[in-house]
Amino acid sequence: MTSLHKRPSGEWVKSERQLDRERRRRRQGVRSGSVAAASTILFVVLVALAVTSSPGWPRVRETFFDWERFSAAFPDVLGGFWLNIQIFLVAEVVILVLGLLVALARGLRSPLFFPLRMLATAYTDVFRGIPTILLVYLVGFGLPALELQGVPSSPAVLGGLALVLSYGAYVAEVFRSGIESIHPSQRAAARSLGLSQAQALRFVILPQAVRRVVPPLLNDFASLQKDTALVAVLGPLEALRQAQIHQAETFNYTPYLAAAVLFIALTVPMARFTDHLAARAERRRAPGGAP
Amino acid sequence: MTGPATEPTAEPATAPLLRVEGVWKNYHGHHVLRGVDLEVAPHEVVCLIGASGSGKSTLLRCLNLLETVDDGAVWLDGREITDPAADPDEVRKRIGMVFQSYNLFPHMTVLDNITLAPVRVHRRSRREAVARARALLERFGLADKADAYPDRLSGGQQQRVAIVRAMACEPSVLLLDEVTSALDPELVTEVMGVIRELKQAGMTMVMATHEMGFARDIADTVCFLENGVLLERGPAEQIFTEPREPRTRAFLQRVLESGRL
Repeated sequence: MTSLHKRPSGEWVKSERQLDRERRRRRQGVRSGSVAAASTILFVVLVALAVTSSPGWPRVRETFFDWERFSAAFPDVLGGFWLNIQIFLVAEVVILVLGLLVALARGLRSPLFFPLRMLATAYTDVFRGIPTILLVYLVGFGLPALELQGVPSSPAVLGGLALVLSYGAYVAEVFRSGIESIHPSQRAAARSLGLSQAQALRFVILPQAVRRVVPPLLNDFASLQKDTALVAVLGPLEALRQAQIHQAETFNYTPYLAAAVLFIALTVPMARFTDHLAARAERRRAPGGAP
Repeated sequence: MTGPATEPTAEPATAPLLRVEGVWKNYHGHHVLRGVDLEVAPHEVVCLIGASGSGKSTLLRCLNLLETVDDGAVWLDGREITDPAADPDEVRKRIGMVFQSYNLFPHMTVLDNITLAPVRVHRRSRREAVARARALLERFGLADKADAYPDRLSGGQQQRVAIVRAMACEPSVLLLDEVTSALDPELVTEVMGVIRELKQAGMTMVMATHEMGFARDIADTVCFLENGVLLERGPAEQIFTEPREPRTRAFLQRVLESGRL
């Protein structure tokens, strides 16, 4: 039965009740595991059956899942993918700087900076409203058409610039919401110590705000990684463009699959990392840790 | 005591450290302060008592310019700090403030919380600021908490750190806004102990509080506020034993009945 094992030393010996409880939990765990496995297998089999039994499946398998075409196109697509990564890495840094500056400009209160504040507001409104692919066209073809001195002519640079303009507006809003999420009492405490507006922002508000917006920022960057493919419309030899070239030679779509695999290989780890950071932040918020 | 100011620019003969004259404050058409007058002498401890919403906290926030007054004026050491030309940062360098909810900076260690203003505002060397901070922590029994983050401390410890943080700037006046109201009863005494020690060291303090026993014990002067009016002002003993104003008496009676005196 349920006997309490209390020893003078205070050492804990699990009671029969607790041991029984744990045995039952283990059994439940095993049962949940088997149910999950069975339902997953069933689901996959059903989907596979539905797809492969469709009338067009043999044709789809031929044009999208051709292993030979895949291995023929893969080296070129991979080579092109390196350009995507370069565009992403450079754009990411510029976007962070631009986004933070725009967010700070929108928070300026001095009348002297009124034009700057207006400009920042107009920028976020306009560039969040334009579809990214449209922006790529506008910057990629419109900017060189001005024939101004010093305007870059490389399609990769122009495409990257378009991405920076588009994502800069989103990231600025993320930063701004982070800054506004810090409780006013933090600013009051900083000001009461004699810190100026700018010092309060730099030492008290921003460090907390930035920590808070890391997960949404990473989310935006996962999205930026795949949007580097939009630059393809300007013609630089990145992954999607290379896939297009291979596809055009043979009218087989498998090279696109190769590009898709590469993008997934990059964004999935990023997404998991974002989840990890969000979960960690959640654990920190709850004192004593989550169950 | 309660009427609006009549001579806003005249300086009294004995120089008070802090002088408040005819201060009004409105929020959305609601008068939170209605012509409050107050004088605080050097080394004096003034306690503001009164029901919630009587204007105690707003008065304190007006004193260090976290709120702009809608009328009247405040002088610190004979200089008008409510003058639009006065630099609020300069004023706040001389007035410390401690809040009900501590408001420590959660991303900084206790030591960094305390040294931030001395280093960035008062331009002390980091080494000097750290040495002074450690000495203050030692004095208030917090020496082992220097490298901890605020969320690892109890409420009482956090509030003591907040007081140390304000004291590290060596203010002329310390404003305390219901600093024990957010604390569990058994933690209140440790914070009171710190304030008592500051009084013994001669610190000038203006304190809004609900702890009547503590106010009676520590205050030189007690001010009773009701609906934004400073109704009665006098030595602590007099206010608590023979208040002149019937409404002060009624308030103390209510407090007594609720068992808080």
